[in-house]
Amino acid sequence: MINDTGLIHPRWVRITHWVNAVAVITLATSGWRIYDASPFFPFAIPTQFTLGGWLGGAIQWHFAAMWVLAGNGVIYLASNLVSARLKSKFFPWSPRAFLADVLAALKGKLAHADPSHYNMVQRAAYLFVMLDSVLLVLSGLVLWKSVQFPLLRTLLGGYEAARREHFLAMAALVAFVGVHLVMVALVPRTLLAMIRGR
Amino acid sequence: MLKNASRQLIVNGERLLKDALKDMGRHLEQPTRRAFLQRSLSLGGLSLLSGCSIVDESSVEEALMKVSRFNDKAQAWLFDPHRLAPTYPDSMITRPFPFNAYYDEDEIRDVDEEAYRLEVTGLVADKRAWTLAELRAMPQTDQITRHICVEGWSAIGKWGGVPFASFLRRIGADLSAKYVGFKCVDDYYTSIDMPTALHPQTLLTLTYDGQPLPPRYGFPMKLRMPTKLGYKNPKYIQAIFVTNTYPGGYWEDQGYNWFGGS
Repeated sequence: MINDTGLIHPRWVRITHWVNAVAVITLATSGWRIYDASPFFPFAIPTQFTLGGWLGGAIQWHFAAMWVLAGNGVIYLASNLVSARLKSKFFPWSPRAFLADVLAALKGKLAHADPSHYNMVQRAAYLFVMLDSVLLVLSGLVLWKSVQFPLLRTLLGGYEAARREHFLAMAALVAFVGVHLVMVALVPRTLLAMIRGR
Repeated sequence: MLKNASRQLIVNGERLLKDALKDMGRHLEQPTRRAFLQRSLSLGGLSLLSGCSIVDESSVEEALMKVSRFNDKAQAWLFDPHRLAPTYPDSMITRPFPFNAYYDEDEIRDVDEEAYRLEVTGLVADKRAWTLAELRAMPQTDQITRHICVEGWSAIGKWGGVPFASFLRRIGADLSAKYVGFKCVDDYYTSIDMPTALHPQTLLTLTYDGQPLPPRYGFPMKLRMPTKLGYKNPKYIQAIFVTNTYPGGYWEDQGYNWFGGS
């Protein structure tokens, strides 16, 4: 639904989107540096892509940006619920329609005539990234304060499991960002909409 | 005699060279650390910022330190003095338990048990120094807990010794003081908050896995806290002091978070 003013994204969506973008870039790049201090996969992240210069610096960035991500995330999710935008934009949800839209997307036939309307693939991607971010925050809490959050620690399978979950959730988020940026490059007016609102 | 003297010189020379190299290493680390902003700002979209120096490097570092102080408070608030860290069965002990310090394993200090005295100073009633035998005569307990390193890795170990709270009470420490500081034989130093010092799992550790604490794990003693990250757990403790003046720490003064809770 495009309203009278032609507004696609209300101001709070645009602000929280860009604040989130900065927080995610800071957290991901500083997080890679922290991972490099003790990698649990047979690879390290090249330091030129990392933030912080050394482990202590990376941790300072990470534990500063976490407040921005968490605070911004709470504002985003609360506004989404209160304004009923979550329901109107991301639901209803149908697996059959999702498959149809995936096929259409693969054939390059997915329509974006109305940028205010999310197709099933977009709905799935955005809902996924919301849940993934929640998992990132929860697994991050277990890493930061594993003794103080015993229930969360147990639910996530313990400290060492939480490390891997945090990393994999990060990888999924980065993959989302990659696809997201490709889509924006293919349909540049979506970038304008996220800046100007229309 | 001359032969002896020259041998002495060679030995001293080697030590001097080693010290100098180590010092150099430390100084070399600084510029890397200082460069973190330039490097960080040349990243992707942020490179736009590095073109014009709109942010002053030291002010960003200062802001990050302020957030770190805020995080100290957040952690003190989150810290539950009665919540216990999980304990594990013997079978889950990590073998061998990793050695970790700010230097390599070949530089481990050997402490002479006979000559050793634990100094106790600051806001305490009884400033008498302690021998190891006296500490071993106090009631002991042990626990198998997870050691979590700031680098991310963790390992499970078994530490035994005197509950630190009973030691602090025994020496008549001012339990309302803010900090307990530690000075170590290997020039390491750190400090902790009083609530953590009094936590039931905080242990003045004298044994590892049922044996006297071996040199690689901090002989004659370390402070073991499963509620704090590894760098907050000092080894080779020489002196303990109770104070209201922030004592900092070896890594903390370089930027690691002071509370370092887990």
